Amino acid sequence: MSKEKFDYFIKGEKGKYEVVIGLEVHAQVLSKSKLFSGSSTKFGADPNNQVSLIDSAFPGMLPVINEECVKQAVRTGLGLNAKINNYSVFDRKNYFYADLPQGYQISQYKNPIVGEGKVLLDMPYGSKEIGIERLHLEQDAGKSIHDMDPSNTYVDLNRSGIALMEIVSKPDLRSPDEVNAYIKKLRSIMRYLGTCDGNMQEGSLRADVNVSVRKEGDTNFGTRCEIKNVNSIKFMQMAIEYEAARQVELIENGKKIDQETRLFDTKKNETRSMRSKEDAHDYRYFPDPDLLPLKLEQKLIDDLKKSLPELPDKKKERFVKEYGLNAYEANVLVSEKEISDYYEEVAKLSDKKLAATWMMGDLFAMLNDRGLDISKSPISAKHFAELVQAIKSGEISGRIAKEVFEIMVESGDNPKKIIESKGMKQQSDPKELEKMINEILSKNKDKVDQYKAGKEKLFGFFVGQVMKLSGGKANPQLTNEILKKLLKG
Amino acid sequence: MADITNQSLNEIIENVKTKKVSSTELTKAYVKNIESAKKLNAFVTTTFDQALDKAKQFDNKPNFDQLLPGIPLAVKDLFCTENTKTTAGSNILNNFIPSYESTVTKNLWDHGSFLLGKLNCDEFAMGSSNETSHYGNVINPVGDQLVPGGSSGGSSSALAADLTPATIGTDTGGSIRQPASFTGTVGLKPTYGLCSRWGIVAFASSLDQAGPMTKTIQDCAIMLEAMSGFDKKDSTSINKKEEQYSKNLKDNIKGLKIGIPKEYRVDNMPKEVDELWEKGKKILKDLGAQLIDISLPHTKYALPTYYIVAPAEASSNLARYDGVRYGYRSKQGKDLIEMYEKTRSEGFGDEVKRRILIGTYVLSSGYYDAYYLKAQKVRQLIKKDFDDSFKKIDAILTPSTPSSAFKIGEKTNDPVSMYLNDIFTVPVNLAGLPALSMPAGVDNKGHPLGLQLIGKALDEQKILNIGYAFEKNCCFRNKIKKWWS
Repeated sequence: MSKEKFDYFIKGEKGKYEVVIGLEVHAQVLSKSKLFSGSSTKFGADPNNQVSLIDSAFPGMLPVINEECVKQAVRTGLGLNAKINNYSVFDRKNYFYADLPQGYQISQYKNPIVGEGKVLLDMPYGSKEIGIERLHLEQDAGKSIHDMDPSNTYVDLNRSGIALMEIVSKPDLRSPDEVNAYIKKLRSIMRYLGTCDGNMQEGSLRADVNVSVRKEGDTNFGTRCEIKNVNSIKFMQMAIEYEAARQVELIENGKKIDQETRLFDTKKNETRSMRSKEDAHDYRYFPDPDLLPLKLEQKLIDDLKKSLPELPDKKKERFVKEYGLNAYEANVLVSEKEISDYYEEVAKLSDKKLAATWMMGDLFAMLNDRGLDISKSPISAKHFAELVQAIKSGEISGRIAKEVFEIMVESGDNPKKIIESKGMKQQSDPKELEKMINEILSKNKDKVDQYKAGKEKLFGFFVGQVMKLSGGKANPQLTNEILKKLLKG
Repeated sequence: MADITNQSLNEIIENVKTKKVSSTELTKAYVKNIESAKKLNAFVTTTFDQALDKAKQFDNKPNFDQLLPGIPLAVKDLFCTENTKTTAGSNILNNFIPSYESTVTKNLWDHGSFLLGKLNCDEFAMGSSNETSHYGNVINPVGDQLVPGGSSGGSSSALAADLTPATIGTDTGGSIRQPASFTGTVGLKPTYGLCSRWGIVAFASSLDQAGPMTKTIQDCAIMLEAMSGFDKKDSTSINKKEEQYSKNLKDNIKGLKIGIPKEYRVDNMPKEVDELWEKGKKILKDLGAQLIDISLPHTKYALPTYYIVAPAEASSNLARYDGVRYGYRSKQGKDLIEMYEKTRSEGFGDEVKRRILIGTYVLSSGYYDAYYLKAQKVRQLIKKDFDDSFKKIDAILTPSTPSSAFKIGEKTNDPVSMYLNDIFTVPVNLAGLPALSMPAGVDNKGHPLGLQLIGKALDEQKILNIGYAFEKNCCFRNKIKKWWS
């Protein structure tokens, strides 16, 4: 793989500008019940069907911390190579909104559960480390629905109180591509850990994007704008591009950038001012007196650490070492836990390198066409391994394998059965092949003479004839060898 | 038999157990008293039909082994009661009927008692005279112009007027002890975390604590035993073995060391309060206790600290009353913000608004460090004062309040002088300690005065014992004429 150079800059009239990006990712914790109540967290229930007295903030209701959510946050912290804080505090973030029943969100402000960590990105120009500032636990709000009625707003509290992890990066990202790689890596780590399903369509992963620009070579940061609540990687990238260009234009025109919160309009592909720094909310954070500080015993942290699964970075290293894959292949195959599981099952039963090639080629193309996750693949890992082995052993050619593959997708049958029932087995018997080739050569004496006279291009013609006669089943390698031998004679 | 309602809870329980009175007869007697005491305005809601049903059920199938067999009880309207309106003394909850029962009241019912009605209180328990209630002020049975104290003013009034055999209140800065003192009754604020806060309308979460209000110390022990206990639904609840306070009540206090803090002798304190304190000291000394002078140097900062911490928490706790999901909603307001503004303007009274404003201010960016954070530090110092003293003493004796019950309207326009009423009670809440107010005498107008016993954390039994011994030797009798009926 060639090492390209990093070259994402915004070109202005007066020079090149570097884009500085930091992300606050909100990841929904995978847990059966909410952060401080026993209500279900299942997605897609009828409005207000998963709401307890606590979630709707009835008088006298009190929060009780859900231990599983705490463990999930610790697991995630460990997966981000971060410091786990034995002492953390839940604070109240006070503001009024119709879908915030308590009138405050329980969050962590000064003392988060997880401190500094790092995430490694594989970029075409090499690997890059992105710093993690902190991770804290907080409650999600409910949902206001403005478009159901012309004059009323409806509120759905199913989401109210669900646990979120806010993962704050350092301002280490420099391009939309890096943001893409970062989100995918975070998502991959959390899915490996089983701490967040990373489902962006269902809102399990959203981000606030902080963007600033500075002249190439500057060491001071520019004034940043925060783009709130962007819920897809594509929109994050579009928002960054728009916002960076907007800021460069302001600077070039001698104008000042206001520190403010902006909103990304996905229809118009532009960011718009939501509120300026002066209008920023005063959230009046203070420690929630209904909850005691969260004290984690070191043993719990150690036990969780011991029970962590193998994470993508480690697995990638192993794939290179154990399966002889190159870095690019290993990277692709560990990107999703389900993909790596599938690959390992296939590799156990077949040629490891060939398995990687075929997975990343035909299998991924087919899944992509059909919009399927690998877990929904119509071809099981076992069948896929049999196909790879059939190619490897020379039982079928690569071309036939593609046909077998198509039939496997449609029928779900195992490749052996398909090859046998359709008589697709490769002709690899040298005697049979020799007989067939002699037949062809004797039918085309004139061409043999021309070949011998020096017209070597005709070799392809003979191969074609063999394939035609064998119905594509002749082993190409053997065919080549025998043809060469006989034409020489 | 003679009027059973002027007996102590303990005597009433004995009479029920020995079948001298049925639960139904008992309940009817209280219903009659309550109906003839409307002038006192102690009740916001009565649940007579439901109570008489429960009494009948008890009489049909009595279980005399319970702590509170067939006993009707009225409770402060801050406790959420299932299917019974719970207002917290506020207009904003004027239509609120909980679908759930607070842990503390559920504990009482599980011990054999049942609800007689909901007692008036200061709005969201913010007040020292029960004059901030949306449902009108409550009259102290001691005198028709006197406040019953607050915020558990309906509770103290009803108890002293024989409208309930015992009751419960909540105490954030003195709201059980001060009204007990004003009505010649016993009130206990337990250690923070001893009684669950689940289902109690919150005022200031780190200070709120429910507790018993009774006619005698023994009654207080019975009620505390019934209402306390660990509750996993309250993260600040203390997980400990439950105690049998009434069974373990002892009047031998020989050798106990009683601390007398010099900082509780404040300027302009009426002479009678000082005299009462001296009388208390003498009684305890005569019973064999040892008096030890102590110093709690940060006491003078307790009141300002309290009036930062409590409003700060209240400003956030009361944010949920927004008209969106339950309670009062203004019919006006063209958008969400206006609906909030109108609902909260019309739903809350002046004192509640004042405290929300103070609380919002002290938590605001730029003021947080100077007020809230500083107050939290001072709170630690106040707690440390007590911790240091308790290394050498068993309990502390102080006056409960700087004066006896004042007149209705006397302090309504002077919030600071109203707040000063809590000067002896708030340090205890800030430190999370248990404290008992017991009747000890009267002033020159004949109005009751109380003395306060402060104990170590979870040392309720000891202060109850001291109170028990004191009660037997003090010979205080509450002489209330039923002028209202």
